[in-house]
Amino acid sequence: MDPTRTEPPEGEEPARGVPGAAGPASDDAADADAAKDGAANADAADPAAATREAAIPEAVVRPRRKLPSLVVWLIPAVAIAFALWALFATLHQRGPTITIVFKSGEGIEARKTKIKYKNVDIGEVRSVRLSEDRQSVIVTAIMTPEADSLLVEDTRFWVVRPRLSGGSVTGLSTLLVGSHIGLDAGKSEESARDFTGLEQPPTFSKDLPGSQFVLRAEDFGSLDIGSPVYTRHIQVGQVVGYDLDNDGKGVTISIFVNSPYDKQVNANTRFWFADGFDVTLDANGLKINTQSIISILIGGLAFETLPDMPGEEPSPENTSFRVFYDRAQAMKALYTGYETYTFEFRESVRGLTIGAPVDFRGVNVGEVVATDIKFDPVKKDITVPVRVRMYPERLRGQPAPYTYKSGKPVDHRQFLDLIVQRGFRAQLRTANLLTGQLYVALDFFPDAKKATIDWSHTPPDFPTMQGSLQELQSTLAAIANKLDKVPFEKIANQLTSTLEAGNRLFAKLDDDTVPALRTTLEEARKTLQGATTMIDELGTKTLPEAQSTLGQLKKTLASIDQAVTPEAPLRRDLQDSLREVGRAAQSLRVLADYLERHPESLLRGRGEDPK
Amino acid sequence: MRRMPAAARSAQEAGLLSCMACTLVSRPPAAFADGVIESNARCPRCGAGLHWRKPDSIVRCWAFLVASYVLYFPANLLPIMNTSSLFGAQTDTILSGVIYLWKTGSWATALVVFVASIAVPVLKLAVLTMLVVTVQRRSTWRPKLRARMYAIVSFVGRWSMLDIFVVTVLVALVQIKSIAVIEAGPGAIAFGAVVVLTIFAANSFDPRLIWDPIRPDYGPDQD
Repeated sequence: MDPTRTEPPEGEEPARGVPGAAGPASDDAADADAAKDGAANADAADPAAATREAAIPEAVVRPRRKLPSLVVWLIPAVAIAFALWALFATLHQRGPTITIVFKSGEGIEARKTKIKYKNVDIGEVRSVRLSEDRQSVIVTAIMTPEADSLLVEDTRFWVVRPRLSGGSVTGLSTLLVGSHIGLDAGKSEESARDFTGLEQPPTFSKDLPGSQFVLRAEDFGSLDIGSPVYTRHIQVGQVVGYDLDNDGKGVTISIFVNSPYDKQVNANTRFWFADGFDVTLDANGLKINTQSIISILIGGLAFETLPDMPGEEPSPENTSFRVFYDRAQAMKALYTGYETYTFEFRESVRGLTIGAPVDFRGVNVGEVVATDIKFDPVKKDITVPVRVRMYPERLRGQPAPYTYKSGKPVDHRQFLDLIVQRGFRAQLRTANLLTGQLYVALDFFPDAKKATIDWSHTPPDFPTMQGSLQELQSTLAAIANKLDKVPFEKIANQLTSTLEAGNRLFAKLDDDTVPALRTTLEEARKTLQGATTMIDELGTKTLPEAQSTLGQLKKTLASIDQAVTPEAPLRRDLQDSLREVGRAAQSLRVLADYLERHPESLLRGRGEDPK
Repeated sequence: MRRMPAAARSAQEAGLLSCMACTLVSRPPAAFADGVIESNARCPRCGAGLHWRKPDSIVRCWAFLVASYVLYFPANLLPIMNTSSLFGAQTDTILSGVIYLWKTGSWATALVVFVASIAVPVLKLAVLTMLVVTVQRRSTWRPKLRARMYAIVSFVGRWSMLDIFVVTVLVALVQIKSIAVIEAGPGAIAFGAVVVLTIFAANSFDPRLIWDPIRPDYGPDQD
């Protein structure tokens, strides 16, 4: 400060201290050199200076409190404080930097796209760049400090775009604002900074209470992410993911069931596809079963827990279940475990479809999985092996499998061996005569030839019987053979000649008989005409005569009648006469008898009675 | 340094005080001798304070300059404007605004904003620092140029408030709730402070100090 002092040179102070005498001459009074120099000058200039100074007014003195010069340093102190605060605030506001890997950078813009959790900004994309292998896009984002706790290992990120799925439209606001990155906080404790983004938004957030389950199906049906899951027609969850199994033989579907409905899922729960509708036509009539209109349109899954089953603990998360095609199948399939067997048939399996039932006295115990053709080089025989998926527990009945007294469960192989020994065989039977559909029937054939299950094969060979259809076919063949022997040609020839003869006969009749017949009829007509005229004559001439004759006859009869009445004298006389005649005849008979016994009386007369 | 002037080169050397407000030259009051502090002197005509030179000019100037330097960083790093609208929230620093303008093709505007908001404060700080340093070292280097630079700096000072004006106007105008709201960010405060502090620094600098170390034979043709 010394060189820049604002006060006048120190030497001036004493000079100025003398009023009136003060002047430039005394400026450097303290300076020895200057004093010598200036003594003469000063003296010379003094009067002029004095007059000049007299013209210059004197400054006024008004005391004022002067701030210490250090106060001015308060300003930079405040500035530093502000800057430090700003620095601290910025650093504090600046949360962690994270990277997210996406397959595509669509809709993501550096310094513009926000990261939102529950629609609250918690970060901003800083840069979007390609990965080194050019396969993906690496998004770097700066998060807010409060987002720190959200950034754990299983936190998921996805780009929110407008999309239509699962019957709902989401992300409409992004049409206006542009995409943002959504976030679903994970549950892990492990903090993370590098993430891989999802291509599809998760359909539920991890903080939603509920459980995830894994379903195995042969087919994905018409499901999609977000497809509803129903139980008793209430939507309780949704499909959250799917994957084709590595072997390509099935589909794994992940579903999420919201709490508290996830407690309904236990080991007795059956899942089935609820898309479309089931139409059943049975003895009860036509029945149509659907879940809901939505599920008809977009598909869905349904589950139900089998009733009257021993109470089970709710299944833990990620338990695996099988998906059935419809409710009927699901509720029927009490058993999930199955075993594969081969039934070798020697007859045609035409009409045996994949999925055809294996039936034991009307109970479905399995289904056909595949049919094949096999050549047995030892027996030089071609057979049709039918691979069948069986539920052997079903044959053993409910509820508990048989156990030995020791408590060990009976090996089902022993059980099957036992029943095969008693004639248990598989047979192809016709399910539908019209369509020719076949099914595999299991039943006991006590007369069957002895056979055993060949456990050495995989899958094991199960003994079979010739089918009833086969028997029917051979019978039909025999009938056909007999029919073949009938001389149809000969019969036909004879029939032809007979018919020809008949033809001829008819022709002849046409030629000869018909004219004769015509004349005969003519004559008959004439005769009838004559008869008619005769009858007419009879009517006009003969009838009156006959009438008079009849009248006389009547009179005669009346007189006869008169004559023969019991009261009539003639009749009485006659009766008397006849009585007399009768008596006479009796006497005569007596005489005749006497004469017969005593012929001599004719001569001797009547003798004495011999008695 | 110690010269006996034939004619006084300045009022100070003549033992007189000049008023910075009304230019009246006056004699120092007699009371000065009694240890009355210099700052108590008043112009007999207009009443403004009289000093040989502005008191603590260099110290004050340094203080303001240091404060400006410190605040210059938050002014440029912190957002000066938070825009939240239907289309998302956005924060802008001065430089991001310039880059945005440049990228969208408004090169002229970008240039104006850059000059007014970034270049001018930097130059102002640099010029003032240079002036203070040279005066402190009693440098005799090109006093005329330095005087002109000082004149420019003190003239140009208020114009670098351009950004602050824009932000202030926008904040006042755009307050449509839930559609668009613009708020001033902490950067605006820092930036405003930088501008004001540089004005203060320029004000507290006494340009007469430039000439104090200059030889009396310095003529207008010399430069």
